[in-house]
Amino acid sequence: METEAKTGLKIIINDRELKANGDETILELAKNNNIYIPTLCHHSDLCLKGVCRICLVEIEGQNILHAACSTPVAENMIICTNTEKVRKARKMVIELLLANHYGDCLTCKRNLNCELQKLAAEYNIEEIRFKKPKEKRYKIETVTPIVRDNDKCILCRRCIRVCEKIQGVEAIKPLYRGKESSIGCLYNLDLGEITCVMCGQCINHCPTGALTEKDATKDAWKALDNPAKHVIVQTAPSIRVALAEEFNIPPGIAVTGKMIAALREIGFNAIFDTDFTADLLIVEESFEFLTKLKKSYYDNENISLPMFTSCCPSWINFIEHYYPDLLSHLSTCKSPQQMFGALAKTYYANKAGISPEDMVSISIMPCTAKKFEANRAEMSHNGYKNVDYVLTTREFARMIKQSGLNLMELQDSEYDQSMGISTGAGLIFGATGGVTEGILRTVYELVTGNDVPFNELDITPARGMEGIREISIKINNPLENWKFLDDFEIKIAVAHGLANARNLMDKIRDGTANYHFIEIMACPGGCIGGGGQPIPTNESIRKSRANTIYSEEKIVQIRKSHENPALKRLYEEFLENPLGETSKKLLHTFYT
Amino acid sequence: MERKRILSRDYKIGNAITEALSCNRTNIIEQIKDSGLKGKCRTDFSTGIKWELAANLPGNNKYVICNADEGEPGTFKSRILLQNHIETLIEGMIIAGYAINSNNGIIYLRAEYRWMLKDLIKKVDKLREKDFLGKNILGKNFDFDIEFRLNAGAYICGEETSLIESLEGKRGEPRNKPPYPTEKGYLDCPTIINNVETFCYVPYIINEGIEEFKKTSNTKLFSVSGDCERADIYEIDLNTKIIDLLGLIGAKDTKSVLIGGTSGIVISEKDFDKPINYKGLPAGSSIIVFNNSRNMRKILKNFMEFFVEESCGHCTPCREGNIKLLEAIEKINKGDSIPDKYIQTLLELAEIMKMSSKCSLGRSSANSFINFYKIEYRDYIYGN
Amino acid sequence: MRTLQIDKVIQEIIQYYGKSREHLLPILQEIVSQKGYLTEEIIRSIAEEMNMSPNEIYSVATFYSFINIKPAGKYVIRICKTISCDLAGKDEIIKALEKELRIKIGSTTDDRKFTLETTNCIGMCDQGPAMLINDALYSGLDLKKAVKIIREYKNK
Repeated sequence: METEAKTGLKIIINDRELKANGDETILELAKNNNIYIPTLCHHSDLCLKGVCRICLVEIEGQNILHAACSTPVAENMIICTNTEKVRKARKMVIELLLANHYGDCLTCKRNLNCELQKLAAEYNIEEIRFKKPKEKRYKIETVTPIVRDNDKCILCRRCIRVCEKIQGVEAIKPLYRGKESSIGCLYNLDLGEITCVMCGQCINHCPTGALTEKDATKDAWKALDNPAKHVIVQTAPSIRVALAEEFNIPPGIAVTGKMIAALREIGFNAIFDTDFTADLLIVEESFEFLTKLKKSYYDNENISLPMFTSCCPSWINFIEHYYPDLLSHLSTCKSPQQMFGALAKTYYANKAGISPEDMVSISIMPCTAKKFEANRAEMSHNGYKNVDYVLTTREFARMIKQSGLNLMELQDSEYDQSMGISTGAGLIFGATGGVTEGILRTVYELVTGNDVPFNELDITPARGMEGIREISIKINNPLENWKFLDDFEIKIAVAHGLANARNLMDKIRDGTANYHFIEIMACPGGCIGGGGQPIPTNESIRKSRANTIYSEEKIVQIRKSHENPALKRLYEEFLENPLGETSKKLLHTFYT
Repeated sequence: MERKRILSRDYKIGNAITEALSCNRTNIIEQIKDSGLKGKCRTDFSTGIKWELAANLPGNNKYVICNADEGEPGTFKSRILLQNHIETLIEGMIIAGYAINSNNGIIYLRAEYRWMLKDLIKKVDKLREKDFLGKNILGKNFDFDIEFRLNAGAYICGEETSLIESLEGKRGEPRNKPPYPTEKGYLDCPTIINNVETFCYVPYIINEGIEEFKKTSNTKLFSVSGDCERADIYEIDLNTKIIDLLGLIGAKDTKSVLIGGTSGIVISEKDFDKPINYKGLPAGSSIIVFNNSRNMRKILKNFMEFFVEESCGHCTPCREGNIKLLEAIEKINKGDSIPDKYIQTLLELAEIMKMSSKCSLGRSSANSFINFYKIEYRDYIYGN
Repeated sequence: MRTLQIDKVIQEIIQYYGKSREHLLPILQEIVSQKGYLTEEIIRSIAEEMNMSPNEIYSVATFYSFINIKPAGKYVIRICKTISCDLAGKDEIIKALEKELRIKIGSTTDDRKFTLETTNCIGMCDQGPAMLINDALYSGLDLKKAVKIIREYKNK
């Protein structure tokens, strides 16, 4: 077709002459030039929709208004984003949305963080000229950790787009048409009966309170208020770099010490770090991986390689549903959350002299699927659930506020020792590629006795936001036991977002994948972009959180999991050996 | 009953294809452009330019689609054209295919016309037997074939991009434009979509020439129904006085005439001496006649119910706006009064729907509300 | 997860039209004309055969009025309710058929033989009132004619 290079189009927005390169939309051009156009169905993570009609602009020579998000620029276009026509239209659209929105802002989980509220305030909506619905039309769905309230839905379709395009799950879809339009799934079954993996990305992207997570704060308070209960808590690596966002601090500020201080104030009896069991996972999984390599390349047994990570519960749901033929590739290691829970009511209980009966194990996670994981039947030992309640970062922030605490003004505190010491390798779990990096640091040293051949242990090929990344490491000068791996190139793939996972799994089925190890995180960015993290989410926010994790990790003294002194003690006193009998009983699992 | 002048002429199937396939493609497109033939749906876009845009794209993986999904209330001309002139339609499509370099034709038929499908297929099969369709048409080295595809009961799929979505096995929700179907249409291939009437004119233009066709440019094909004795399709000169039209179709005791579809123009008794187009060229092609026994509020309710059900629900102004308008008209029909202030709000809403909706359904659905209000305010609010 | 026993009829229909996405609508319509309506099991089967999400198929099916997703009678009667048929007297036809079949609009008879519905303009504006019974068209109705047609169907 036309192959002339587009050497810059002249576009005028609000009387300002701008240069466009020709393939932007009006919205993109405006954003690049700091011109604000309000939007609602638009989201930087997602493909175009153009359905909310909030971002309308006036183009000279046209009678109708156009949606800036889905209208490409054209040479000599003259655009106004704020004429009377535009303002009136936008106001009317907002009123129409408000008029169909059944629910009380004051009792909504998204009160003060709702995009519809923000628009109403920005547009100075003083009255809604239409009657609001008198009663609820839809039942609130609460079976899975994801709570859906269609009466608050504004049909922006973000949840559908994220579930289909980024996660490749297609759990929820638009149903019916016209007045009956709603969002749901096959015959309006609840999400637990269809393919929902509970990653919570729909919640993260929802502009209103139509999608929220099942609340566990009441259960947590109940436990905390009960003097007879010993309540312990573990915090995932991703919480500390995102929590401050709930307190109006820009993304990328780590608040580890303050977070622990808040937990103390709230009244938890023991405060531990999931990073500790992240280290434990690295050790167990490293041994598991090396065992598989040995069986495959030395003993020539038929072993399912590549080995997949198993710490992401959405990923487990996904593979159980879509690729059950590949289940044998999964590591049998439980996730750090569950490993922690298992140890809490055995190892820690012994140490502290507390009966597991009196113990309540709570975790704070960036994840909604963890709520489902904690309730899986196999995640208990001797009748005691490994983890009793899971709180998302958002729920935790609510509890901090309920306690009257101002997070940023608290004095830093520290984790309790026995299960609170962790290494840098455990911390970077929060970002996509982190598990891989941690495992490689341990595996390489186990095999060669030396550090990974990367500057300052930073395995940069594992880092970044690209959907699928590949790393290969050659083994040089292995120790005697591992001589068979001399010159061996370990090939690894790291993927985040389940659509990318699907890509890799299809390659494995085809036989075109050439890896030994694959790390999958369901959420874009890894856990730092998890379904339980502060809202909003976008690539820039996720990058900030990930970068903070890496910079925080630099200042941790010990950066290899197997050097964690608390971990060493755990093995000496309790587990004996990696993949030993106790480990197998408490720390490993099976899949259905 | 007055038949379409163009379509009632003595017409031999194959004349137009023979002539067209001997011209070169650009020539045909120029003829269609010069004839002034415009799309017969709401948009009124020049057919020739549409074809040219598709023709200029490389390759031959393109589609010619006939939009036989008329669902506009009061419109049935496609039905009659399909029943009586399918050969002409297909000739038009073949010529279009030749012009844009496409070998694939699709007739997108509404599900409500499924009862005629067997007969249509029989007629099409006959054309194939006679080499008017299929491989090497009339020995002129051009392949073109047609398949029938059905809608499944959704008025919105008469909109171009919704139609394509429906053909692709998806919900019939309009796409963002650009890109336009001529560039990225069915299965991302260049596609031209015209309706039955437009394709039926093409053989005439090719055979009789541009000048002959231009002679009829002030006439329009209307489906006429409602309170009249002779409901049918008519080709009417737009300068015809309404009173004469009413006589022609056997309408008595007429209160008002709705010209141009549900979003068209309402003309009441005092203006019956004026021509059909005195308030502008109507976009749609139906004329519905209402006699003095009719309650305009009930009629408006009927229209708004239609739009509320048929809106795809994709964009906010159309989905929510139509509901608000219907609720108001339902209230009025029950006998409740509506404060003036709210009426003004609704009129503002209607104007905004016209400007802000994503597709032409949303942009025109509120017209009936506005028109009825303007013309029939007294009836509308106060009675009968 | 091949735990579904897929109906041969459905397999054949999908094989006939083709497994790619653009054939979904004709496939759904064919299945409806043979089976009367879609069920959860049918949709899951189609999803399995066409490698699509069942939620997506359901989403498409709910968009179109003529794809029955709820149990429907052997004969689905659709009476046109839009303006020209309205003016021509569709209300009386509806009342008459409701009386004859002893059900209201939107319901199915107990013997699962008839479903009575209204539909929007079916393009018979010059011959209203009109109705469709499955794929058959009946126009120019009056009370007698409408009831007679139903009685003929009752005897089928």
